[in-house]
Amino acid sequence: MNLAAQDIRHNVGRFVLTAVGIGLLLMLVLGMGGVYQGLVFEATQLVDDIGADLWVVQKSTRGPFAEVSRVPENLEFRLAAVPGVQSAKSFVAHTIQREHRGKPLRMFVEGLDWPADKGEWLRLAAGRPLAQGHYEMIADQILGLELGDRVPLDKDVYTVVGLTKGMASSSGDGMAFFTVRDALAVQFDVAGESARLERAARRSRAGKQDFGRVQPELLDRAGGPSSALPALATPLVSAILVKVAPGADVASVVSTVSAWPDVTVYTHEGQRQLLLRGNVDRARRQLGLFRVILVIVSTIIMALIIYTLTLDKTHDIAMLKLMGARNRVIVGLILQQALLLGVLGYGVAYYIGHWLYPLFPRRVMITTDDLWTLAGIVVAISSLASLLGIAKALRVEPNKVLS
Amino acid sequence: MKPPGENAPSVEATGLTKVYGSGNTEVVAMREVSVRVERGEVVALVGPSGAGKSTLLTALGLINPPTAGSIAIGGVPVMEGEQALVNLAAFRRQHLGFVFQKANLIPFLNAAQNVQVALEINDVPPREARKRAMELLDYFEVTDRAHHLPDSLSGGQQQRVAVARALANEPSLILADEPTAALDGGRGRQVMELFRKVAHERGAGVIVVTHDHRALDVFDRVVEMEDGRLNPSHR
Repeated sequence: MNLAAQDIRHNVGRFVLTAVGIGLLLMLVLGMGGVYQGLVFEATQLVDDIGADLWVVQKSTRGPFAEVSRVPENLEFRLAAVPGVQSAKSFVAHTIQREHRGKPLRMFVEGLDWPADKGEWLRLAAGRPLAQGHYEMIADQILGLELGDRVPLDKDVYTVVGLTKGMASSSGDGMAFFTVRDALAVQFDVAGESARLERAARRSRAGKQDFGRVQPELLDRAGGPSSALPALATPLVSAILVKVAPGADVASVVSTVSAWPDVTVYTHEGQRQLLLRGNVDRARRQLGLFRVILVIVSTIIMALIIYTLTLDKTHDIAMLKLMGARNRVIVGLILQQALLLGVLGYGVAYYIGHWLYPLFPRRVMITTDDLWTLAGIVVAISSLASLLGIAKALRVEPNKVLS
Repeated sequence: MKPPGENAPSVEATGLTKVYGSGNTEVVAMREVSVRVERGEVVALVGPSGAGKSTLLTALGLINPPTAGSIAIGGVPVMEGEQALVNLAAFRRQHLGFVFQKANLIPFLNAAQNVQVALEINDVPPREARKRAMELLDYFEVTDRAHHLPDSLSGGQQQRVAVARALANEPSLILADEPTAALDGGRGRQVMELFRKVAHERGAGVIVVTHDHRALDVFDRVVEMEDGRLNPSHR
């Protein structure tokens, strides 16, 4: 006869309610791990999916996901000429916040190197990749946009032609993919009046120089569009993504590019680690600390519950001891109840979490490893929590039954 | 453990003394008490409150060791002063049965399980324990209440289940502390007669502490205790 099971059956309502309470606490413990896994996934999925072997960024910066990085777009041609490089393409990334249908629309803008890159590598939940060089975008569902939505950004209007699912930056903003040209335009195109003022200023500055006065045609050129001024900088992008040719030595390409004084190069793993060691690492430590505190709180609450359950049974335990019950019978009664409480709580955490986690604003990813870890934690805290009750039970004297 | 001798008395205690506290707070609850109960004998232990009856009973029940004196149960020496000569829990499990004023049934076990648990604690396999528990409940005519929790049993039924539990492991000594105090006269007498039946049919020694003088005729012998001393009484 299992005394623990019989006792639970006798107090099933109280036991189930207690298990639900413990389960909700364990759900938070599980959720903290899931939020961290979600952060890692969101932070690294673009780097993983985009399939670049090398990320070439502005000298001494940590790349577009960590800070502002600006490199000239024509750097891709220089990189394409390096032995061992199969292809190089521009990449633009920045966060913008605009308004759409009266609500804030915050998105992480990614530039795809049209026409080489139309976004075919994206895991689309609906729609299609980009099909033209301008005015189309692929948006993540997090942004709340739908296929066919027309989104005005600055002077242009972009049509949503594809939807991805769960693609967010490490700060949780949904991603939106444009061509590089459109991505730059969204952020850097200035109003007509600003352009006119800039041209007038250039013309004025040039007019004050000797060469401006001696060659009046230069003044006309200075007052023209920026793209027609060869002496001025070419458009800037965030990074150049390099694909190394099959069989080529990645280290050799890295060595070559690293010698250039104007850029810094990271491997795919290097870029990934930069992401994980930045914001994600701080979040990991924060969530980890919360998780530890929650585990401690759960253990203390379980210990108090088990202790209270034991106190309720003091007289019965005394009777069992009077009848000559061995200590293992008493220990078994309490330990089994603690473990059963933990297992039920685990089940509650799993099922409620399964239903609740998708409603969280950030991705919560529960991995099999996390489930096993929590199972281990539950067994450990259940055993630990039962110690107080066991110590009390073992101190009960058989003659207590007379009182 | 040596099996108790078949011809040995159910219990034999010699010179039992129990002192609580020391110095100015010293209280002698029991002085030089010697008692012998044969197998199949039913003995009533009477006396005023504070006479030391419960002290003697708990000493014989191996849950409150005497300060001095010796106890042998079924011919096996078990206590010498405060020194235990055997594993007390194991000895209680195999050779002693207890019944109290309150039935002290375990509230989360039904009547049959309350008897069964005593057997399982003594390593009787569950199936066999269940069978024997039902036989005992049948013997005490509470079979129809076997699957009811103690809450739903009357006081008399609870006490009969408690007696069945005390007898489950066929103990050589049954100790009962005012087992009829919570029962009316008729039911109290029924329980006393039950002890007599058990003692005579199963060969166990029974010591019953009681204040109920109406049922003393049921006992083979009545022993009176006063001021921690034992006085043989007539019947």
